[in-house]
Amino acid sequence: MPLLKDSEIIADTWLRLEDNASVPATGDIIVPFARLLAEFGKLSKRRGRVGIEFPNAERAEVLESFLPALSLVALPFPKFADGRAYSQARQLRQLGFAGELRASGDVLPDQLAFMLEVGFDTFEITTRFSPDIWRRTAQGLSLSYQPVKQQKRLHVWRERQLRGERSCRA
Amino acid sequence: MYRYDEFDHRFVAERVAQFRDQAERRLSGELTEEEFKPLRLMNGLYLQLHAYMLRVAIPYGTLSARQMRRLADVADKYDRGYGHFTTRQNIQYNWIKLEETANLLAELSEVEMHAIQTSGNCIRNVTTDHWAGAAADELADPRPVAELLRQWSTLHPEFSFLPRKFKIAVTGAPNDRAAVKVHDIGLRMHANDKGEHGWEVIVGGGLGRTPLIGFTVRNFLPEADLLTYLEAIMRVYNLHGRRDNKYKARIKILVHELGEENFRAEVEAEFNRQTKLDVEVEQHELERISAYFAAPDFEVLPKRSADYEIAFARNPDFAQWVRSNIAAHRRDGYAIVNISLKPEGGIPGDATSDQMRSIADLADRFSFDEIRVSHHQNLVLPHVKQDDLYKVWKVLRANDLATANIGAAGDIIACPGLDYCTLATARSIPIAQTISRRFADLNRQHEIGPLRINISGCINACGHHHVGHIGILGLEKKGVEYYQITLGGSSATDASIGTILGPGFSGDEVPDAIETIVKTYLDVRKGGDETFLDVIRRAGHAPFKEALYAPAQRQ
Amino acid sequence: MTVTEIGKALTGNRLYDGEVVFLTRTGIWSETIDAAAVALEPLSQAALEKRGEAAVANNQVTEAYLIDVERRNGRVRAQHIRERIRALGPTVRQDLGKQSDGTGGGFAAHA
Ligand code: SF4
Repeated sequence: MPLLKDSEIIADTWLRLEDNASVPATGDIIVPFARLLAEFGKLSKRRGRVGIEFPNAERAEVLESFLPALSLVALPFPKFADGRAYSQARQLRQLGFAGELRASGDVLPDQLAFMLEVGFDTFEITTRFSPDIWRRTAQGLSLSYQPVKQQKRLHVWRERQLRGERSCRA
Repeated sequence: MYRYDEFDHRFVAERVAQFRDQAERRLSGELTEEEFKPLRLMNGLYLQLHAYMLRVAIPYGTLSARQMRRLADVADKYDRGYGHFTTRQNIQYNWIKLEETANLLAELSEVEMHAIQTSGNCIRNVTTDHWAGAAADELADPRPVAELLRQWSTLHPEFSFLPRKFKIAVTGAPNDRAAVKVHDIGLRMHANDKGEHGWEVIVGGGLGRTPLIGFTVRNFLPEADLLTYLEAIMRVYNLHGRRDNKYKARIKILVHELGEENFRAEVEAEFNRQTKLDVEVEQHELERISAYFAAPDFEVLPKRSADYEIAFARNPDFAQWVRSNIAAHRRDGYAIVNISLKPEGGIPGDATSDQMRSIADLADRFSFDEIRVSHHQNLVLPHVKQDDLYKVWKVLRANDLATANIGAAGDIIACPGLDYCTLATARSIPIAQTISRRFADLNRQHEIGPLRINISGCINACGHHHVGHIGILGLEKKGVEYYQITLGGSSATDASIGTILGPGFSGDEVPDAIETIVKTYLDVRKGGDETFLDVIRRAGHAPFKEALYAPAQRQ
Repeated sequence: MTVTEIGKALTGNRLYDGEVVFLTRTGIWSETIDAAAVALEPLSQAALEKRGEAAVANNQVTEAYLIDVERRNGRVRAQHIRERIRALGPTVRQDLGKQSDGTGGGFAAHA
């Protein structure tokens, strides 16, 4: 599955481990959240980075104490219309998570701009759409009204305030 | 009125370009209908029975003359010379072509209008009191906050794929004209002892399949916390609202299933966790917006205008119109003019392009360039000098816009129903038309007094039938339309949900049934001061049931 | 003598403008219900549905579905009021839609 980052297709260096697949000694791995809970000691001692796939139904707060040990959190979109992962992404960023946030599942070009704004970095995509469309939809809007911390776009309100201050001084 | 700055213009221009790209990808077949549908809906474009329908946002129901003229031009150029004003204070065009929609949106953007989020599972167009900034009873104009909410909710990256649609209403007056208790979130302004304004936050009201009155989650939220608190509510809803059944997906069901206390606890916990949004930036923005809503340059006028009183005394038609369509203004010598879009036998909420232009001209000349849309599907000229009322009335009358029936039996709310709407189970407009003809006599309407008749063509309740004093819901059985009548609803400060009276009626029987209900009311009331709603609340359904159903049973 | 044939017709809305259309015998989409192919047998109805799926796949119409109709004297009447309204236009604006431009069906919505 192609992986998109900054509008480019990049190589995916992470290995996804299913529920009972054995853990390789080295290399970057993504495990289900349940395995993180069950095997945290073992996983944190190995060489290589650890990421998890975090279910939509779990509360972000439960991850708080694990976050320093995690380099990646993948949030699934079971259907593109199921928007829980947008909230989870923002919650994780608000909890201070600075690692890679990855969108998986039903990731479509026209939702990309929203995902970027709430803090996603990488996107597991299908080959159905051309790279050109992904680039276009990522860059379609240059402004945002929301004071979202991860802001990729210009925050309109902040800009206005800055300009207001500048014109006051002038 | 709010005016776009360069950022707002750029934002909407980019959004139009984005939609143009999406529509082109659909027309070329790159996108399937399933993929495109949510994208077009997020831009207010539905596919209805006869064509595409475009719902254009009229944020908090406020329009300038220039915007109204553009709405008229769009009606002529892209539609069939008319538009339909809705219970969400928006306007809908019924005969739109997909291939022309992006051009239409580009023309709207020139007058600072758009169709963003007039549909879809996102935060919809924010509605408010249609007399905001003019009403005599108002604490403060709620529109600066409504505009702040418009911007905050516009393509909000976190809240664009909610479990279901989300509607917010705001009022700054103690008399609720914005139906805040039947919205997903209703905000009602209060003042504390120090004279500071804050917000009562009401959550979980709504109509549709499960009509519910909202509950107050916070009594007095300081203004500076507003957006952070709203984000907390939205987040709780986005994460925990049901997604397994679209009829149980509104926030009211979540509130209901969690219980009010648990819901409140969830919201408060999320609120406390939230890194406070950038309050300073937000307050700066609110101040910037507020400047646009400064009161217009009202003249200092005597309380009463001599010209107006002479006309009032001489012309009984004018006097009747004044009594029913004029409301008290906060400034001496001014009046609020309510324009009825409910002529006898007309289609509720429809206006021709010529009517729109004549109203735009009136707003230009007599109302500081302002027009409002009410959720009763009427229009308002909010700031008219009493001196000018007679002139305004004459122009309105020449354009079939001066029916003196605001708040009376002829002022019927009706959704488009099966004549246009693909979800409908029955027609609603023809029912409104026959009732309005039946009650055509204005003297009789005024004798009856305040009466709110609301009609929906299906359980989605766009015609707000649950909160009509008399509600009519169109249903179908084996391809035949029939209508269920509810009594006792209200969307005002004393909001209540109407309850079903008894077995339904065929379309032909409805006007007689309404007639019987009204006659019964007139018989039972203890004088002209006891309104229809008062009687229902005092005497219940029994006398009405008896009058409607007993004769049939006796036969 | 009037012969009434009872069967199904295929309808949809045209993608580029939303116009209500009906599939004809020759496989084109017509704006008038009277031109609709009426399939009397389950087999021919299934064949119509297949052509509908193809028309959705190649983006002629947004959706295609069968409706119950009867043909009388060469005119086609939809059984359900909703479809009769689609075949004519709004009952409250008879100056608009198919009923006004000569492509309307021959049967009133209510009746
Ligand atoms: S209430 Fe039903 S019929 Fe009326 S406009 Fe809404 S969805 Fe359509």
